[in-house]
Amino acid sequence: MSQSEQSVGIVTPEDAFFDTPLTLNSGAVLEHYTLRFETYGTLNAAKSNAILICHALSGHHHVAGRHHPDEKAPGWWDSMVGPGKPIDTNRFFVVGVNNLGGCHGSTGPSSVNPATGQPYGSAFPVVTVCDWVRAQARLADRLGIDTWAAVIGGSLGGMQALQWSIDFPSRVRHALVIASAPKLTAQNIAFNDVARQAILTDPQFHNGNFYQEGTIPRRGLRLARMLGHITYLSDDGMGEKFGRMLRSGEYKYGFDVEFEIESYLRYQGDKFSDRFDANTYLLMTKALDYFDPGQRFDGSLVKALQQATAKYFVASFTSDWRFSPERSREIVKAMLSAKKPVCYAEIDSTHGHDAFLMTDAPYVAAMRAYLNNVAKEVAA
Amino acid sequence: MSLRADLQLIADWIEPNSRVLDLGCGDGTLLAHLGTAKQVQGYGVEIDVDNVVRCIEAGVNVVQGDLEAGLAEFDDQAFDHVVLSQTIQAMHHTENILNEILRVGRDAIVTFPNFGYWRNRWQILQGHMPVSETIPYQWYDTPNIHWCMLGDFEALCAKNRIRVVERVVMDGERRVSFMPNLLGSLAFYRVARG
Repeated sequence: MSQSEQSVGIVTPEDAFFDTPLTLNSGAVLEHYTLRFETYGTLNAAKSNAILICHALSGHHHVAGRHHPDEKAPGWWDSMVGPGKPIDTNRFFVVGVNNLGGCHGSTGPSSVNPATGQPYGSAFPVVTVCDWVRAQARLADRLGIDTWAAVIGGSLGGMQALQWSIDFPSRVRHALVIASAPKLTAQNIAFNDVARQAILTDPQFHNGNFYQEGTIPRRGLRLARMLGHITYLSDDGMGEKFGRMLRSGEYKYGFDVEFEIESYLRYQGDKFSDRFDANTYLLMTKALDYFDPGQRFDGSLVKALQQATAKYFVASFTSDWRFSPERSREIVKAMLSAKKPVCYAEIDSTHGHDAFLMTDAPYVAAMRAYLNNVAKEVAA
Repeated sequence: MSLRADLQLIADWIEPNSRVLDLGCGDGTLLAHLGTAKQVQGYGVEIDVDNVVRCIEAGVNVVQGDLEAGLAEFDDQAFDHVVLSQTIQAMHHTENILNEILRVGRDAIVTFPNFGYWRNRWQILQGHMPVSETIPYQWYDTPNIHWCMLGDFEALCAKNRIRVVERVVMDGERRVSFMPNLLGSLAFYRVARG
């Protein structure tokens, strides 16, 4: 971090309550709901400098800064968002929002259903990327933001950015789609299903109504996260970090933790199962599986993009095999066919899918360059 | 800021408001110029990430990629002009790229250092591979693997049923019309199908 880069400091989440029913893609209706969000920076008088950050599978509204001075880690994209950083809060008004179905304050399966006085649990409807975008648009209305200077996201967040540009063309100047995909492959859906099966078959899952039982499907969630984590790292990256290192230096000829990678994955799984909701994990993976913006345009992403007016920034990472560069190039190809302005960077990185959260120098430089032009365009 | 002489010559061949693809676009200088001077909708392809960042800084649309892999991202006849500037001599798949640029473009502008330039010939006579302003590499670390002279390029075009629409040969900033294959260091071709 250079000297001119700083943290946004102490931040406080806010809640927006909506009582206009939201009809979801599934046909289900959410009568009312809360969206938890955070903002950084100042909305200018023209309200032209707002940026929406969309989160990925396990993300949330807490993008940057700390909730209190002792908070162990800052927000999940603190490296990218802050004063002097590529998403510069001295110039932009940045909004982070927890999506519907989430478990960090927005209405989700672990929230109390006012109709029953019990947590929604399995009664919470399946949500899609389109549903999220519609809900985010209502939050934008509430904040007085007619047009986003940019909508930005990595992975599942990138899908939201892309969907925004298709569903609300006039409300998005720039969409930044990072380490994402135009729709999941069979292999990707397969990974998600194994993760879901781990949760669904955990005896503590109780058909999604485990809250009332005073338990959580910890084992299932832990396995789901361990599997996910493997797919977020690259073989090389894992090899560099762990190789075949043993915790005790010698084989024990048993099934306890021996290799460092085992220890690491278990630690990640445990940490995750303590703080994440199993039902939310199911919903997030379904949102990934269903994402296919071309579907209602005769299966053509090119046609879907035809109505978009945003300019695009697309980035991928060479060692990302969960959402490989080939998938980003499919997005770029569709943008080119639709004659949309686009910049595409393919960043050399060993960080796998997680690279979108890292700070490989060319990635940061490309983001900084692109967003600097966005800031100039909106006079921020 | 005035454009480098070779880029200016290319720019002169480009129609206003056209769609342009610049292959190996470097830092985006040509496309940035064409954007403001001729209101073209331009895209660049560039392999080097630092150059990609410079293109983004310059507000130029750029797609990071390797030309050797072809132009699969681009649709047939998607561009009015495709520019391949001083790159063809460094490519493995020379014929492939020549056909690809006329698949995606109505016409193509191809430029390359003329190996037949007299100073190159003179260095060869002296027993060395040429090193010059247009060929600034030693033989052992050069990216240039497919040298040609004017006649060689024209023969390859003929073989692939590609028509030479226009040819200009330069020596530095000066146009050469007398004995161009001997006196010209840089060749500029506008080529098209049929």
